[in-house]
Amino acid sequence: MSAINVSGLRKSFGSQTVLDGVSFAVEHGEVFALLGSNGAGKTTAIKILSTLLPAGGGTAEVCGFDVAKQARKAREAISLTGQFAAVDDILTGRENLILVAKLRGVKNPAQAADSLLDRFGLTDAANKRAGTYSGGMTRRLDIAMSMLGSPKVVFLDEPTTGLDPDGRLEVWKTVKELVGSGVTVLLTTQYLEEAEQLADVIAILRGGKIIVSGTLDELKKLFPPAKKEYVEKQPTLEEIFLAVTGREGK
Amino acid sequence: MSKTGVLFGRLMRHILRSPDTIITVAMLPIAMMLLFVYVFGGAMKPSLGENVNYVSYMLPGILLIAIASGTSYTAFRMYEDREKGIFQRFASMPIPRSAALWAHVLTSLVSNMITVAIIFAVALLMGFRSSAGILEWLAAIGILALFTLTLTWVAVVPGITAKTIDGASAFSYPIIFLPFISSAFVPTETMPAAVRWFAENQPVTSIVNTVRALLNGQTVGSEIWVALAWCVGIGAAFWALAVRSYRGRGW
Repeated sequence: MSAINVSGLRKSFGSQTVLDGVSFAVEHGEVFALLGSNGAGKTTAIKILSTLLPAGGGTAEVCGFDVAKQARKAREAISLTGQFAAVDDILTGRENLILVAKLRGVKNPAQAADSLLDRFGLTDAANKRAGTYSGGMTRRLDIAMSMLGSPKVVFLDEPTTGLDPDGRLEVWKTVKELVGSGVTVLLTTQYLEEAEQLADVIAILRGGKIIVSGTLDELKKLFPPAKKEYVEKQPTLEEIFLAVTGREGK
Repeated sequence: MSKTGVLFGRLMRHILRSPDTIITVAMLPIAMMLLFVYVFGGAMKPSLGENVNYVSYMLPGILLIAIASGTSYTAFRMYEDREKGIFQRFASMPIPRSAALWAHVLTSLVSNMITVAIIFAVALLMGFRSSAGILEWLAAIGILALFTLTLTWVAVVPGITAKTIDGASAFSYPIIFLPFISSAFVPTETMPAAVRWFAENQPVTSIVNTVRALLNGQTVGSEIWVALAWCVGIGAAFWALAVRSYRGRGW
């Protein structure tokens, strides 16, 4: 049984069709990237899978639970990190974690919070209000909050949109660490490089349909064989930015 | 139920950490009370009678204004939770969906009752005296709590549906203004016929008169039923609307 199973998923808002028969499966422990430009329907798909929005047609299952018929069971199995970091600005990082731990019925909320703060490198900022965090830190806290209660499937909706290059690298590192813990990740992104960096399997969503999907190697085979060209490689602006600010991209 | 408690704790922490909320909610009515008693109060005496304690007379109206402006913060907090994706996060968690809504309602009730207590304390310093017994006090507090609950459900609707932060709290402006066109500060007999008709038939007058009668040990007439009917009727209508828009929206 796959961790996520989506079959013929449809959704329209009024006369506008956003998802027009989307099907895909994500295996346990896999990182699956849904790649698409703005308005391609990525967020809509995530919302349906996280039980926030009813589908217009088709079925979606998470860990074997139908998101429409067994919503409560599905919610036990998942965690959502939405498009905008949903952390409470007024609470401290630690309080944010304890809040979610209590809501998810974690046994020892304070202990669970401390261990996540440590794991996500937020111990120093633990007792500062989340409103004072940088974009990257806020996202890291957001993802840490999603790890409470040991969800089997984590949805990351555009985890780096709106972040500066530093923040993006921070988040990438965090996501790569998640993968080691055996959790299944479905992430959406509009950045090709992000999908390339993080995902085992990539699906490209366009016009409400998945037009192509596979591993990076499989996708590369769709193109004609590489031809050799000799080009002088200029540093990209990103490389310059990171070099000048003293943070090498790793 | 326990999840509602956890979320209620979160919102109360918000209130305690934003002193501006507390100041705006309690200070404005207190400033108005000072203004009415020490500036306009003297001029009111002739129409009220020499032996009327004006602090006691206008206190119910001030309390209603405080509650109306206090509940607008519920709409504000709900709008913020919605905009920041906090509701979305809670809705994707294995907790009852209603917990987030009830936490806001409970927070509104508790924080407004604290404001009411502060205003009572200041009124006592300014010379408010009550001859009410325990039962009358309980009845007066009960009506104020019911009024709070009614306005909270009114506030929840824009809190869930408003498109801008200003839109979310705009509902409270006319409600804050209503006590001025009622029996809250001056007897309605002094008003021109049309205004007087409006003043005597709008919800605030019956609530003000009932609370005033309870606190001042006067006989409470049938107006208490009118007051209760207004509160329960408006509250039930907006409760139904609020629950419908809360469930109906995609998160």
